[in-house]
Order: sequence, then structure tokens, then C-alpha cells
Amino acid sequence: MIKVTNLKKSFGDLEVLKGINAHIKEREVVVVIGPSGSGKSTFLRCLNLLEDFDEGDIIIDGFHLKDKNTNINKVREEVGMVFQRFNLFPHMTVLDNITLAPVKVRKWTLEKAKETALELLKKVGLQDKANVYPDSLSGGQAQRVAIARALAMGPKVMLFDEPTSALDPEMVGEVLSVMKQLANEGMTMVVVTHEMGFAREVGDRVLFMDGGYIVEEGAPSDIFDNPQHERTKSFLSKVL
Amino acid sequence: MDFRFDIIQEYAPFFLKGLGITIFVSIISIVVGSILGLAIGLGKMSTNRLIRFPFEWYVNFFRGTPLLVQMLLVHFGLMPIFFAQPSATVSLAVSLSLNSAAYVAEIFRAGIQSIDKGQMEAARSLGMTHTQAMRYIILPQALKRMIPPFANEFIVLIKDSSLGAVIAAPELMYWGRAAQGQYYRVWEPYLTVALIYLILTLSLSKLLNYLERKYSNQ
Repeated sequence: MIKVTNLKKSFGDLEVLKGINAHIKEREVVVVIGPSGSGKSTFLRCLNLLEDFDEGDIIIDGFHLKDKNTNINKVREEVGMVFQRFNLFPHMTVLDNITLAPVKVRKWTLEKAKETALELLKKVGLQDKANVYPDSLSGGQAQRVAIARALAMGPKVMLFDEPTSALDPEMVGEVLSVMKQLANEGMTMVVVTHEMGFAREVGDRVLFMDGGYIVEEGAPSDIFDNPQHERTKSFLSKVL
Repeated sequence: MDFRFDIIQEYAPFFLKGLGITIFVSIISIVVGSILGLAIGLGKMSTNRLIRFPFEWYVNFFRGTPLLVQMLLVHFGLMPIFFAQPSATVSLAVSLSLNSAAYVAEIFRAGIQSIDKGQMEAARSLGMTHTQAMRYIILPQALKRMIPPFANEFIVLIKDSSLGAVIAAPELMYWGRAAQGQYYRVWEPYLTVALIYLILTLSLSKLLNYLERKYSNQ
């Protein structure tokens, strides 16, 4: 589904990604953990070209991202993204937030888009919020709407960039449970998170990143219970 | 001190005519200035330095030099190239348009750049093109934020149009000066003219306040 080879990326003089190799299979849930500044968010943002990369290649759903002829908008139609700060459109109702892209990008009729949107809102438990504006939602509700908005495009992959980091603690659970449900339905997911419980329970594979490299990867039980590298051990001892 | 209302009375039809030209020129200039300003603002935001360069210098020039100088250049330098007998009113409208375009460009740019980067990222991550994201996500939010500075610019423009008196464009201030010249009286014509400008700008700011409130309620 996603194949990353020797991915390198610098911001000015600072090399953030120093050669990332990863292979993410269909229906797999890959959780990326690591200290801040390790490059994990940058790695995720490279997967839908919100950040351009300098070297290497990413093949996603058959599209070569390095190839200048690849229509990046077509790729993004298949790759949903959920942001730390939700990024809902404040001038539109929840329903319009969700229907906009399917109507304008996928060229669906408004009726079809609305129908899908209401189903998705039901799925995330917010069918009663269809006609309110985002500023009246709590953080947890906003993030669930953001997930519904990304799902409305019918993506093949979902990217989550620290989806619970901006939430009050009591709202983390509701967002994680939506993500868990999504994983159970077989969605291919790449999740950058600090929620180690979620990584262990839902992740099929965990990537530990530090200093621009993937230092260690493996099944959650291997990484959490039996880490091999010093850096993994020291990181986990601080967060667990 | 006696206040000669008869002067005001005598000049009332001229003040009215001048007011008409002031309003007309101001509206034309803010419309043309906005369209030009939009294009210049977009040009200034280009990522290509070579494209950005002329737009940046347009703004630098028109914001960094006095409007009076620009007006004299337009009326006595630029317009005679195209017209044998340049109309002062046209010169006034042209210079006001060019000048306000520079300010509108900055208002426009600031409005767009004030929108959180995450909005563009969210829109693009859903597969929208840059143009679609601008049209459906960025501009609707930016335009709302642009209303107050834009209103301000319009008010400044109305007052600046009084400089047209210098090149004898028959707007409101021109007739004020004419009355002053005829009777050698200062207070009557100039206070009257000031009052008319004040009514004009105050009612405009009331109207724009109302619009602003209306649109901020979604």
C-alpha cells in the first residue's frame, strides 16, 4: 500500500529525515512513536506531500510521489489526514465541512454527499451536530468531525498526526475509540501518537523514530516489552 | 464675529455638485483600486521572486510617496500622453485608484496570511486544488477579516479626494476654495465643506459597522 525508500528531508540546514525505509501493507495499523523532534510528524506529512521531500521515493497506492507527473491531488483523494489541531473550517457547518470535498473534488451530488456525511456523523456519534458551527464543539467532538470529514472522501489510507495531543484528557477516549473502530473495519492507518496504550492495543506494528531514523520497529508486544535499542529503552522508560 | 450664511446659500448648488463628483470619483476609485489591488496582492504573494518584484515595488512606490505628488505626475505627466486635454476629474480618479490599489493589496495580503496555515493544509489534504482551497476555505474567512481595514481605506480615500482641488477637479473641496477665493472668507466655506465630509465619512463608517456585525454572525 505504502512503500517508503530512503526518504530524506531537510529544513534549511537541519536534516529532519535521514533515510527512512518503511513498508505499510493494506489493512495494517502502523503506529509511529518517538520523542518530539524525532521527525515523526514530518515523515507523516511527507506521505501526502504536505511536506516536499528531498531524496528517496514514496509509492502510495501505485502513485510515485517523486514523479513530477503524479497529480498530487489525486493521491490526496485516497489519503485522508487528521490533524492535531482539527483544522475544521470555521465558516461552515459541520455538515458542510464534511460534504465540501466530496462535492467539489469527487463531484458527487449534494444529496449523496449529505447522505454519506450523516452516516459518518452517526458512526462517530455526532448525528445531532450536523447543523452547528465548529466553534460550538468540544475538542473531542471537533476531532471526531475531522475524522468523519476525512472519511467522507472514501480514502484508502488514513494518516493521523497526533490526533489526541490537543485534547483535554477526558476527551481522548472518545477519539481513540473512533479510531479503534476504524482499525477494526480494516482501514489502513498510520498514526503518530503519544498514546502508548492505543499503540499497544490497536497497532499491528510500531515504528520507533529518533533523530531522523527509524531506530526500531516490530510488533507492539516486542517493542514495549522487549525493546532492543538503548534509545528505545530510554524513551519508553520515560513515557510508560 | 458675523457668520455669513448667504455665502453658503449661494454656493449650496456648487457644493452639492462637488459632493456628487466626490462621491462618484471615490466609488469609482475604490472599485478600480480593489480590483487592481486584488491582482497586486496576489502577485505580491507569489513564491517566484521575479514575479513578486514588480508588485512589491508598485506597493512601495504608491505607499511611500505623497498622493499629491502622484496626482501631479498623473495629471501633468501621464494623462497628456493619452489625451490632448486631460480632464482633472479623470486624473483624480486614476491617481486615487492607483494609490488605493497599493493599500488594498496590502489589506488583501494581510487578510489571507492571517488565516491559519492548517486551513490550507486541511483543504489540500482532502484533494482540493490550491484554487479550490482559496475559493472555498481561505477567501471567505479572509474577506470577513478584511472588512474593517477596507472600510478604513475607503474613508481615507474619500478624504484624500479633496486633493483634487489642487489640479482643479471640481469636487467638493474645489468649490470650497472657490467660495473662499471669491469672498475672502475662511470659516463659512471651509467649515461647510468639512461638515459635509464628516457626514459622508461618519455615515459610511456606520454602514460598514452594520455590515461587519451582520457578517460576523455567520
